[in-house]
Formats: sequence, structure tokens, C-alpha cells
Amino acid sequence: MRTVYVDNAATTRPRPEVVEAMLPYLGEKYGNPSSIYGIAREARAALDEAREKVAAILGADAREIIFTGSGTEADNTAIKGVAFANRQKGDHIITSAIEHHAVLDSVKRLEKHGFRATYVPVDSQGMVDPADVEASITDRTALISIMHANNEVGSIQPIEEIAEIAKKHGVYFHTDAVQTMGHIPVDVNRLGVDLLSLSAHKFYGPKGVGALYARRGVRMERYIDGGGQERNRRAGTESVAGIIGLAKALELASAEMEHERERVSRLRDRLIEGVMDRISHVRLNGHPTRRLPGNVSFCFEFIEGESLLLNLDMLGVCGSSGSACTSGSLEPSHVLLAMGLPHEVAHGSLRLTLGRYNTEEDVDYVLEHLPGIVEKLRAMSPFGTEADFGDASCAKCEDAAQPVGKAR
Amino acid sequence: MYSQKVMDHFTNPRNIGEVENADGVGMVGNPICGDVMKLSIKVDGDKIVDAKFKTFGCGAAIATSSMVTELVKGKTLEEALEISNKAVAEALDGLPANKMHCSNLAADALHKAIEDYLAKKQATLPEKKRAAGEG
Repeated sequence: MRTVYVDNAATTRPRPEVVEAMLPYLGEKYGNPSSIYGIAREARAALDEAREKVAAILGADAREIIFTGSGTEADNTAIKGVAFANRQKGDHIITSAIEHHAVLDSVKRLEKHGFRATYVPVDSQGMVDPADVEASITDRTALISIMHANNEVGSIQPIEEIAEIAKKHGVYFHTDAVQTMGHIPVDVNRLGVDLLSLSAHKFYGPKGVGALYARRGVRMERYIDGGGQERNRRAGTESVAGIIGLAKALELASAEMEHERERVSRLRDRLIEGVMDRISHVRLNGHPTRRLPGNVSFCFEFIEGESLLLNLDMLGVCGSSGSACTSGSLEPSHVLLAMGLPHEVAHGSLRLTLGRYNTEEDVDYVLEHLPGIVEKLRAMSPFGTEADFGDASCAKCEDAAQPVGKAR
Repeated sequence: MYSQKVMDHFTNPRNIGEVENADGVGMVGNPICGDVMKLSIKVDGDKIVDAKFKTFGCGAAIATSSMVTELVKGKTLEEALEISNKAVAEALDGLPANKMHCSNLAADALHKAIEDYLAKKQATLPEKKRAAGEG
């Protein structure tokens, strides 16, 4: 059976060149970079080179790069590290309602430790309004954390504008760039951020390795205690192979970005248009144009996301959903709810994320089979028209469909 | 994560639709929570002779709906009222733990359909009242 992997926002397939670059460091080049003999120096040199490469791509200095065990760890380090180090100056943090849980739950943890937090809303297209961020700043605000692009609906946030506001008010600004790194240009100076998180497995690198950029001078406590690695900012023996893989993957992604971005965007638009043409009662989630090249996110009314995924899986199509069943909680995706979607519509969400290995044939395969699956599930559903899909939901749904107003 | 039986009932659900001139209809769940089941039954004497479902929900919700329609056909009303959500899950060789509460409502829908039938009978056929009381 054909396999169509369209869950590239979840993880990507490591490139062969990346695996090849890593292999020696999983074998004969096993030295601990902190030691002094030959094989250790070899590992140290490779590590330094990787750090230089990553820094150059980000527009940063190598000393500003901290390798971590994941994007999640980079987020935790940035938020908790800055919050605790600057507590005397301020105990207020601003973030958005649609952040990844690595950020949201880090901020919630800080609230339990006595910090205060503001979660700025987004509009129906999943966009943060910089004015809301500015209005939330108080003289106790120490940190703002707004993601570069959302992992579920793909909306690319106005990071440059928010960065200017943060700078004006003397507040540190962190962005979670896990979904954008390697896919659209990410330059820390152009964006104007103080801290930035990234993760290798989202751009065809290995799992278990990420990085945090922390601008020189940012006051930050370390999150993991122990040895003096990463200039004393992240203890633990470096995952040398992982870091080599991260740097190689980022180098390749950056070199091919312009071409890939355009090609994948074309596939994305072909998929979006194809679905909208073939299926009724479907809504595109996220911003129509300011969106990640590979992100396609829909809500199909009257049906539930997990049922959709299971049917797609039987045809070899790997996707994801923000329905309660797949979000691991009783609630559907916090992102879709923050955008104002009614619960019952959010349950019918489907995210298909395209990447470098996808082709036009993949898109056409999905377009060939998805309408039949939706039709089959709708035939099974007790709902079929707006009228009987709960009384209040119809009006709410139409509200949410309008690109105006703010969701709470 | 799902058993083969669940996947079988999910892939080829039995008895989709609505029984024509149903004697009883039961609807449970809430679209806000992501699971709604509507079950309709045909009763002949004291036996359920037909049952059909329509379900909005995940794989477990669809499979349990399908399974309950199979379990109930040919059963007396009394026997049908004894079918529990747990029994439906067991007939499917179990459900993942996180599905036991939210998506395992098919027996509740069945019981509601029987209640609906009995309520209608009470109104139109007073001699059946005794049966309702026993149920």
C-alpha cells in the first residue's frame, strides 16, 4: 500500500546525509568532548563546528547557542530560566493562548510559583495582535513569549512588531521557532528576539536534540544543573551525534529553503483548493496567506477527527487532528478553541503537513480519497445540517468563520 | 491501540441508519464533548427485532454503537436493559482506558431507546404498564 506521510509538523524523516554525518559519532568517534585526549578533541572540534554553523544561519554568535535535548527543553529553559533570574525586576509574563504546551505549561508552572501571567488572545485566523501584547505590559513584566508560527494551524505571527514593542519597554522576548526553523527565514536580528527555540527533528534532523539562542547579556538561570557544559548554561554530556545531525540538517534546509518553500507552498495550496472544491461544510483553519509552507488544517463539520484519521490510516495517509480523542484530554485543541471555533467543530479537525518528501501525486492521492471518507462518516453521523448540529453552535460557527473580532 | 474487533466494527459498521417507523429512539452524548449516539429500535411483542444507529464520534464511539445493535437484536426488552456499556466494551475485546468513559455510551443510548418505547406504550397502551414497571 502507498504511504503518504503528511504529518511533517509532528516530525520529519531524517535526511540520509544527516544520518551519514551522525554515524561516526555513534561509533568510533565516541569521545566525550569535555575530555582532553585525541578522540575527545575530535568530538569537541565537531561540536564547535556545528555550533558555528547553527549560529551563522541564525545570525548569532556561537557563544549564544545552547544545545538542548529538545525544543521543549529549550522553551522550558528560556521561560523558567529568564523568569527566575529576573524575579526581582519583574514577576509578570506575557504569552499567547495558542502556544505549544512546552511554553504554556512552563508559564502555568511559574504561576504556581507566584508569577503572574497574561495570555493574549488570537483572532479567528489564529493571529496575535501586537497591540494586545503592548497593552498587557506592566512595569513588572519580565518576559514575553510568542511563537513564530503555530504548529496546528500554521499562522505566522508578527514577531518583528512584537519584538519592537518588547525592546521599547525593556522586556525580554522569546519566540518558539520550532515550526519555522529550516522552513522560512529565521534570523535573530531581523526578528529582533532575545531568545529563540528550535528542534532538529522538525527539519529533517534527529529527535532528541534542540537548541536555544540566548542573546548575549540576557540574564538567565540554568535549568538543568550538573557539569559545566554549554558554558555553564546546560549541564549534561552533549549529544554529539545529535548536534552534528542538527547542524547538518539545518545547513541543508537553509541552502534549499527558497526552492523548497515555494514548492511545498504550491503543494499546500493545491491540497487546500482541492479539498475546498470537493467537500462542503469545511473550513480552513489559520491565516489564508500568512501560513507555514507545509501547513493544511481543516475542520469538517458533523464528523470527528479521530474517525477521519483512522480511515486515512487505512489508506496509508498519516495525518493528525486536534480532536479531544487525539489531544490526549477531554477537550479539543486549545488552539482551535482560542480561535473561537465551537467545540463540536473543533472535534472535526484534520491537520495535514507537507514536507520535502511529498509530491503532487501525494496530494492527489489524498484528494482522491478524502471526500469519500468524509461522505462515509457523514452518512453515519446523526448530524447533517447546521439546523440539527446543536442549536447555538450554528450561529457561533458562522461568527468564527468571519475574519473579524477576537476570540476569547 | 484498538483491538481487531473494534477496527472491524469501525471499518464495517453494522446497522447504520434509522429504523423506519421506529418504536423507540434514544440519543445520548453531546456534540461539545465529541460523541453523540442516536439509536432506534423496532419492537415486536417483547422482543427487539431491529436496531440501527447514527453516531458522531471517534473510532470507539462508532464501534460500540455498531456492536450494541448486533448484541440487542432478538433480545427481549428485559434482556436488553441488562446490556451494560462494560459488556459492549468486553464484546469488542476491550477499549483503551481513555475511551472507557467518553466514548462508551452505546448501551446508554439503547436504554434510552427502550425507555422511549415504554413511555410511548404507557401513553397509548395502558395494559402494558406492568411490563414498564418491571423493566
